[in-house]
Amino acid sequence: MFPEFLHFHVAESIDLFVKWLTVAWGPFFKYFSNFILGFLIHIKDLLLFIPWWLWISGVGIISWWQTRRVITALSLMALLMTIGLFGLWTVAMETLAIVLTSVIMALIIGIPIGVAAAEFRQVSAIVKPLLDVMQTMPSFVYLIPALMLFGLGKVPGVIATVIYAVPPVVRLTELGIRQVSSSIQEAALAFGATRWQLLREVRLPLAMPSILAGVNQTTMMALAMVVIASMIGAGGLGEKVLVSINRMAVGNGFEAGMAVVALAIVIDRLTQGVARHWQPPEGISK
Amino acid sequence: MRSENFPVVEVKHLCKIFGSPGRGLKVDSPDLLEQAENNGAICAVRNVSFRVNHGEVFVIMGLSGSGKSTLIRCLSRLVEPTCGQVMIDGEEVTNMDEKQLTQFRRTKVAMVFQHYGLLPHRTVLENVTFGLKLRGMKVAEREEAARQAIQLVGLAGWEKQYPAGLSGGMQQRVGIARALVQDANILLMDEPFSGLDPLIRREMQDELIRLQEELRKTILFVTHDLNEALYLGDRMAVMREGAFVQVGSPQEVLQHPADDYVRRFVQDERRITQMVENSSKPAVVRSLDKARSLSAS
Repeated sequence: MFPEFLHFHVAESIDLFVKWLTVAWGPFFKYFSNFILGFLIHIKDLLLFIPWWLWISGVGIISWWQTRRVITALSLMALLMTIGLFGLWTVAMETLAIVLTSVIMALIIGIPIGVAAAEFRQVSAIVKPLLDVMQTMPSFVYLIPALMLFGLGKVPGVIATVIYAVPPVVRLTELGIRQVSSSIQEAALAFGATRWQLLREVRLPLAMPSILAGVNQTTMMALAMVVIASMIGAGGLGEKVLVSINRMAVGNGFEAGMAVVALAIVIDRLTQGVARHWQPPEGISK
Repeated sequence: MRSENFPVVEVKHLCKIFGSPGRGLKVDSPDLLEQAENNGAICAVRNVSFRVNHGEVFVIMGLSGSGKSTLIRCLSRLVEPTCGQVMIDGEEVTNMDEKQLTQFRRTKVAMVFQHYGLLPHRTVLENVTFGLKLRGMKVAEREEAARQAIQLVGLAGWEKQYPAGLSGGMQQRVGIARALVQDANILLMDEPFSGLDPLIRREMQDELIRLQEELRKTILFVTHDLNEALYLGDRMAVMREGAFVQVGSPQEVLQHPADDYVRRFVQDERRITQMVENSSKPAVVRSLDKARSLSAS
């Protein structure tokens, strides 16, 4: 046994710190929370405002336009149809609204950090270990501070999701920029590009495929986390899964799970299609 | 033309070392190079001085690792020289601050690279206008200038293509057009034709000679190919281990090699010339015989 007199706990100090935060910064968190909630509700209203048939045909058209494959387009439409058939349409839109809100926040935070990490070695040195911690930390742990600062509901769900989903886009943004061919960068410098011009004209556009792969990954991570976030009352499909588990309702659980998978596949294919459009052109085009 | 005989590029005691020259040692004169090397630094350019006159094609020739690419990069400070002085058009490049240097690179020199350095997500036209865009020139104006340059290098009609759709030779034409459109007096060319196959290479060399007759730029041309150096250069420098071994006209280098190193270099070239001379007669006779026998039968 580890001797008891050597025990040293940080739990209490962390509790105190979070308590202090909620008291001293309460109004700030309140304001912030309302802002996110407002944003979230707008997105949800928008998603539900679009009728289901328009959604399904819209996804079909976009998919066909991206891939020119009828089978891909039809499969994606069928997947969305399944969600509706299971009677989970509204709930799925609720989940999608949380995912979209979280992803937008994660990108607003993540892409600039990734760019900064690629531009400045010091930033990279700080960010890297932080990302490692964020990715190895069990996702449930994020729920605790989010819960304490924002209470139960959708907002802490969004916060936890953002924290969980931000690492891939940061990493892939940095990686993409660092992988830009040095001979192209040298040519740009030789013609008198400033650092800012180099970033805007060369590094960012050439890193775009990698950045979009990061966006795709971040979206997938967000979708995974939203299900877990239902434990603190984020609602949506995750809640259905949670309720099914509690009631041992295997069938209901399967339906909700399938709906999550369907959403994931559709989002994944569509974002990948966008990424492909950013690949530098090959071959002759007339 | 005699009146054009003034130096546009003047390099004095230029040195570049890579790696640490040892603690506390600041290499600010060529005399300290040896000491720095003993401390483990690598010397890429070793006390090089030369002048290039207006309208001249000056070829720097050397094998890979001889420091020729580092040297040409030192001229526009893409590689920061360790010590020495670079004067271009009467301005001391080695003393410029960041702003002056950017301005200098935008207007005074234009560079062509071995690996082209084209932007894959931009069309030929956009690639050629790139330098002008950096200067902040208006779209209509820079596209007008670019179209002329594209015409000049024989790529008219290809403006809307992307680099990936072009052959190596054509990509390098884009690289040359991008340099020409800058309207800079000095062209820096770092092994521009080394990546091309022999026939295309010769074609591009002729093209460069044609352009040079038309435009009269001052050209610094780096190559590892003796043939190319002899063919293009008004004067040439042979570089070895970071230092100039010989500087002179191609004839001088060919006829009076300064040392064994240069002699070994030019030996093959002489042998080929001799072989061509010796074999030319019988070859002609042979082909005549062949023609006769064909018409007889």
